[in-house]
Amino acid sequence: MTAVEVRGVEKRFGAVRALAGISLTVEQGEFFGLLGPNGAGKTTLICALGGLTVPDAGTLCVMGHDVARDFRQARRAVGIVPQEIVFDPFFTVRETLELQSGYFGLRDNRAWIDELLDRLALAPKASANMRSLSGGMKRRVMVAQALVHRPAVIVLDEPTAGVDVELRQTLWSFVRGLNEAGHTIVLTTHYLEEAQQLCSRIAMMRQGRIVALDSTANLLASFSGRVLRVKLARGELPRDLAAEAIAEPGGWWRLAVEDMGHVERAFARLREAGAEVANLEVTEPELEEVFVKIMRREEARTP
Amino acid sequence: MSARPAPSGFPTLLHKEVLRFWKVSFQTVAAPILTTLLYLVVFGHALAAHVQAFPGVPYMQFLIPGLAMMAMLQNAFANSSSSLIQSKVTGNIVFILLPPISAAEIFAAYLLASMVRGLVVGIGVFAATLWIVPMPVPNPLWVLAFAMVGCGLLGTMGIIAGIWSEKFDQLAAFQSFLVMPLTFLAGVFYSIHSLPPFWQAVSRLNPFFYAIDGFRYGFFGQSDVPPVQSLAIASAAFAALSWVTLLLLRRGYKLRH
Repeated sequence: MTAVEVRGVEKRFGAVRALAGISLTVEQGEFFGLLGPNGAGKTTLICALGGLTVPDAGTLCVMGHDVARDFRQARRAVGIVPQEIVFDPFFTVRETLELQSGYFGLRDNRAWIDELLDRLALAPKASANMRSLSGGMKRRVMVAQALVHRPAVIVLDEPTAGVDVELRQTLWSFVRGLNEAGHTIVLTTHYLEEAQQLCSRIAMMRQGRIVALDSTANLLASFSGRVLRVKLARGELPRDLAAEAIAEPGGWWRLAVEDMGHVERAFARLREAGAEVANLEVTEPELEEVFVKIMRREEARTP
Repeated sequence: MSARPAPSGFPTLLHKEVLRFWKVSFQTVAAPILTTLLYLVVFGHALAAHVQAFPGVPYMQFLIPGLAMMAMLQNAFANSSSSLIQSKVTGNIVFILLPPISAAEIFAAYLLASMVRGLVVGIGVFAATLWIVPMPVPNPLWVLAFAMVGCGLLGTMGIIAGIWSEKFDQLAAFQSFLVMPLTFLAGVFYSIHSLPPFWQAVSRLNPFFYAIDGFRYGFFGQSDVPPVQSLAIASAAFAALSWVTLLLLRRGYKLRH
């Protein structure tokens, strides 16, 4: 069964075309990534899936249920973790989860709530007011809220934005476990290495359109060249090279190279600019290179 | 999967809305009761010699149902409107919009919680004034009917105001420029028969007037307008606003963008 089916969805906010005709399907059990720069329309698409946004045209189905016509079944089938940290300051963590269960018509959900609290390391804070929680903990409560009704499809909208490393690891192992248990996962993130590790298939969006949609392996293979990693001992990367390069932590630069001639030319430019190479390696491309390449191609196509 | 329809989220949403004001009842119930008592003590003494009320009814007694209804109306409005605007401004409204709860269920939950708050405040006002001025209640059914319709009317207005407002100051404007004038000019402090004909006619355009006048009939068996007519007009206003509110909620006006 198709977990998510989006057909010809369009949405306009005033003069802005947030979604300019999106069609895609996500199969059950997939770990699907939705990538794109800010303003690409990822969040609008997710909102439309949860009924928070009403599209101007097109249809969306979750587990075969139309989100508008059959909203009750569609909303039972999907759990969305919104991007912004939001909470109700009137309630404790447990009350928040009990209320959320009740909204889904679940009267006695204690066992599952306990399990969620336990697995998201929230049990010690169960009786704490939402206000007293750290940002990371609030984020975990939001994940638990999205899961109270054990939805078949789980949508995470940038769940690791501004979250520390430890929590990211906890969250990903938890979400991986859910995926292995059969849940379909749809994820948006700005951390492309996370998407590369986790997602089996990826859609890249730009200006309300899908500009690439393939398995992660195919997307990586589509990038024909290699990557030259350089670290400079002295001088700076010339501007024309810097425009194409991706900065890495530790002073490394990643330069996409098509062939050995390309590598030669890059070194010639570095020498001309008076830069001295401290360290270098040639490596396999990562999703970030593919992403940058596709976005640049699209930029050139639609200025 | 069972064919039986799954239980609704409505009871939980109602429970949450009641809990929301009950958790801060000092501010949402005790404070309006105290304010009403102050009105009673100050205006009761200051106006007693000047205002012509119903024949045979002491002014202090005349004043209590009006003040109680005013507190009920204002608190019914405050409950739904403040809950919605807070959820919208903080963003936690998504937790109500994402579950499978229909527009009618959302409406009913916010409306009933507002009515509960209005009625609790009303009961509190009567309980507190009992020590000052004992009140006869010859027609309790009229009292109850007008209390329900009045709180329902204002609870519904509160939902509309909460949906429409995007900021707290917009809601405050709604309260200061619509709800307050309409309640103050609804005959809380006087019988409209003491007004010049023009202002009597204006008062009759105000649905709050019928809620207060009919409510008072339940206590004194006297009113400016026959209670059946008041109930019909107040109920019609309540029904019309409910229809508008349901329409807004179904369309997701300012909620589902």
